[in-house]
Amino acid sequence: MSTTDWPLWEVFVRSRRGLSHTHAGSLHAPDAELALRNARDLYTRRGEGVSIWVVPAAAITASSPDEKDPFFEPAADKPYRHPTFYEIPEGVKHL
Amino acid sequence: MATAAAQRTARTPADGAPDTVDTAAYQHAFDAAVAADERIEPRDWMPDAYRATLVRQIAQHAHSEIIGMQPEANWITRAPSLRRKAILMAKVQDEAGHGLYLYSAAETLGTSRDELLDKLHAGRQKYSSIFNYPTLTWADVGAIGWLVDGAAITNQVPLCRCSYGPYARAMVRICKEESFHQRQGYELLLALSKGTPEQHAMAQDAVDRWWWPSLMMFGPPDDESQHSAQSMEWKIKRHSNDELRQRFVDICVPQAESLGLTLPDPELRWNEERGQHDFGPIDWTEFWEVLKGNGPCNEQRITQRRRAHDEGAWVREAAAAYAAKHTGDTGETGATRA
Ligand SMILES: [Fe+2]
Ligand SMILES: [Fe+2]
Repeated sequence: MSTTDWPLWEVFVRSRRGLSHTHAGSLHAPDAELALRNARDLYTRRGEGVSIWVVPAAAITASSPDEKDPFFEPAADKPYRHPTFYEIPEGVKHL
Repeated sequence: MATAAAQRTARTPADGAPDTVDTAAYQHAFDAAVAADERIEPRDWMPDAYRATLVRQIAQHAHSEIIGMQPEANWITRAPSLRRKAILMAKVQDEAGHGLYLYSAAETLGTSRDELLDKLHAGRQKYSSIFNYPTLTWADVGAIGWLVDGAAITNQVPLCRCSYGPYARAMVRICKEESFHQRQGYELLLALSKGTPEQHAMAQDAVDRWWWPSLMMFGPPDDESQHSAQSMEWKIKRHSNDELRQRFVDICVPQAESLGLTLPDPELRWNEERGQHDFGPIDWTEFWEVLKGNGPCNEQRITQRRRAHDEGAWVREAAAAYAAKHTGDTGETGATRA
């Protein structure tokens, strides 16, 4: 009886100018315009945002279902990508 | 690779059912994550019972938020000033939002909002028994904000560290919003308490009626709570029912004093040795009766919920029809142009 099949939207909110949009949550809405309005009412009732993106959840492609899988492994054995990997003599400045 | 939507509802880590060796490995990874205070996310493998417990708890929580709108909405048209009316509307709207955050969290576990609403309407899922009590006077709005939202906050703050990520994140948002709910109730009661003798009596009467049901909100005593131990092991719950209830009593006693109101419990007193308040026995028969459906407003609440849902059907249908037509138009225009 309550099946209206409104699609799921993921909501991203930019909290203020200069910051990226961040995932705030999700909601159901029949179309993009109502998704935006619902997102405003649901996630920015206290001035939490200056800009909102809504994205159909079905349009998002994500990495593998298992977040601990080898997909991210190539980064694990490359400590030389971090500045702390390098030894610099004491007292050298601005480096 | 799979779409996020498909993954949100994925019940097993891979597309097929894992074999037993894998299940043991997955169980091990799950236990390790919980032990290390890491969060479990929707696409992670989790024990079926953990998933079922979360769905039950989050659904009950979501239903409580939206059913909880009714007793307070009862007073919106009769608020004594425009200021109070605006505040009350904002609070009731917040509760609707809380319901939606929680339904979203439940949906990440592979159940749909429609399914949960159907179960609520069919009486197959519960909501907090506190909302089956009537709001008889304006002071009840204050008592609800102070005591009911206060008890909810005491319950919910530890849930911000719940092991299930989406639930914990919903609770963070909710807790931020709840503090205004509690403060507006307290301020309202204080105004009445300091008002005319009649207003003071009205505030006292509201507190007298809401105090015990608020204590029941923490659930049955630890030795009778069937799900508690397992939930604590899974770090869904961080404190026992009795622990949280005690914390709430200790918080409320001085707050009541500042209000100039008393709490309706002759056995309530400070216990120097324990460093906590002792309080009288709770009438658990009343609790179980209300839970079973025999409270003063059970029938009214669920009837009203069903009616609101049915009467809103045309809006949902119209919006869906508009969306379908809109999408169709774009397609046709595109086809004509091509
Ligand atoms: Fe709430
Ligand atoms: Fe609230």
